[in-house]
Amino acid sequence: MTVACVFRKCRSRNEAALIVYYTAGFPTLDASLETISMLAEAGADMVEVGIPFSDPVADGQTIQHASHTALKQGVTLANILKSLASIRLDVPVVLMSYLNPLLAYGMDGLMHDARDSGVSGFIVPDLPVEEGGLWEKKTRQAGLDLIYLAAPTSSITRLTRIAARSSGFIYCVAVKGVTGVRQKRSADAKQLVRKIKTLTDTPAAVGFGVSTPEQVRHAAGFADGVIVGSRIIQSIQQHEDTRALVRSMKKACRRPKGVSS
Amino acid sequence: MRRLLPNKKGYFGAYGGRYAPETLMQALDELTCAYGAAKRDPAFQKQIRDLLTNYVGRPTPLFEARRLSARAGCRLFLKREDLTHTGSHKINNTIGQVLLARRLGKTRVVAETGAGQHGVAAATACALMDMKCAVYMGTEDMRRQKMNVFRMDLLGAQVIPVESGSRTLKDAINEAFRDWVANTDDTFYCFGSVVGPHPYPRIVRDFQGVIGRETRKQIRNLTGRLPDLVAACVGGGSNAMGIFHAFLEDQTELVGVEAGGRGGEPEEHGAPLNFGSVGVLHGARSYLMQDAGGQVLRTHSVSAGLDYPGVGPEHAFLKDSGRVRYVTANDREALNAFRMLSCHEGILPALESSHALAWVLSNARDWRGKIVIVNLSGRGDKDLELVESLT
Repeated sequence: MTVACVFRKCRSRNEAALIVYYTAGFPTLDASLETISMLAEAGADMVEVGIPFSDPVADGQTIQHASHTALKQGVTLANILKSLASIRLDVPVVLMSYLNPLLAYGMDGLMHDARDSGVSGFIVPDLPVEEGGLWEKKTRQAGLDLIYLAAPTSSITRLTRIAARSSGFIYCVAVKGVTGVRQKRSADAKQLVRKIKTLTDTPAAVGFGVSTPEQVRHAAGFADGVIVGSRIIQSIQQHEDTRALVRSMKKACRRPKGVSS
Repeated sequence: MRRLLPNKKGYFGAYGGRYAPETLMQALDELTCAYGAAKRDPAFQKQIRDLLTNYVGRPTPLFEARRLSARAGCRLFLKREDLTHTGSHKINNTIGQVLLARRLGKTRVVAETGAGQHGVAAATACALMDMKCAVYMGTEDMRRQKMNVFRMDLLGAQVIPVESGSRTLKDAINEAFRDWVANTDDTFYCFGSVVGPHPYPRIVRDFQGVIGRETRKQIRNLTGRLPDLVAACVGGGSNAMGIFHAFLEDQTELVGVEAGGRGGEPEEHGAPLNFGSVGVLHGARSYLMQDAGGQVLRTHSVSAGLDYPGVGPEHAFLKDSGRVRYVTANDREALNAFRMLSCHEGILPALESSHALAWVLSNARDWRGKIVIVNLSGRGDKDLELVESLT
């Protein structure tokens, strides 16, 4: 199933797509792949696989720690791709990676191997539209999505560019800040999604700081998708019932009758 | 033509650019506009000139080191950035950037620091201009540079310890970035070197360019001609870019000296232009120390200011174009040069600057009778404890 299909399916059911992030290699590569399969079974409509990086400037402490743990064991993009090829999920997988590990892998080889491993697209937090031209071309040729991020600080000129060029969906950063669990829900996210909706039909998903089913329900009220990450890693770390947490988050994605995004 | 770079997108040839999180892009655009306007504003330029003259103590002398010259067999001049207020070239840049921050209506400044010199310079400019200041510093560097931590504290800055990664400059930059991402509304990021996303490499180079402009005039007054060689140490590369830029169109040979550390093996040095490969770190495409998977490697140098796996994109461009030669001096050579300058000229140099001097002293036979300038980017008081422990 493609990324676009997921959003179409969820729209027809009047629910938001639940996108779950998880860092590959945390706490080990094998364990993380089991977790990723479990997340898909528990109700995630799409899985965002985080590629560990030594200098994750857009991430808060939870994902920093997960990345660091993965790197200490020598987990690389190459062995993540190989392992993903072996598990084949029923839901699309997108890779979330900082640019440098992708550059080191090599653009052409990456497109080929990612597709072979069943990857549907890329989210690259340090690749803004200004620098993304060549990546757009390569991903398009390979039939993959390049998902750009939009932020509460983005001007309307920037949002117009992002809306026109992002494929699959637009990753709407809900807060001014890094990834991580937050108590309060953001007021910025709703406004950002509204602006994007006036610019494009490409689905808009909200992430960063979304961590409880209640926050998911709130975001599902105006966005086409909701992304959770740090909270899931914490849940695994603390040996909670992550399956139940994901289930309740998916339930929170269902909009009441008469309400649409 | 080299002097006209970077282009509009912040590229020096294939290097530079703006690989930053979307949340920062608007702030970077605003900064680019504000800087362009400030550059054309005579009032802003006058403010900077006045502060550099009356507060920083510019111009700094160009001193002919006669005893060392006699040993080395060349005419060795030292550009005395160690004599600036706060004791290193870093203040040239922070005065300019904090003025810019005020122009942008910001009330708070964040900065990263390695050796502590940029942190002290940022804290100083913020005290002077009544701005809040937070400085991120790796705990490993805090241990190596206790005195500078205390200085920042006295200057009213908040020093925030960084425990992540290698607990040095690289990780301090990561944390400062994260702070800025969360606080762009009221906060200005004052970058300390010619690194980071566009427009920082350009802004820092321009503010540090005063070093080279003065040096060029001074050497002509003193000797009637331009120098044969200008050497400077390169960590991120701000003092080197500052002195090189005025000489790019001349015949003068330019040499950047990286930290050779304990040797050429990975993680034993801080010399990406000599041993690294091209990648993207901290917002720009440049040379860096990385493994085959694109993970950034640790570095080592006896001097905290050179203990960094990346380097400014303009240096990467100047390396590829062949205009500047990049070499290394190791820990031991730098320590020897530190002692040599202390006992021959009565000047205690920063361990960073000692690397540039070390390379010149070990290659002096190639420069017999020639005019050689070393950028003495800072003074060595901060390093005394470390030097004592290594003696």
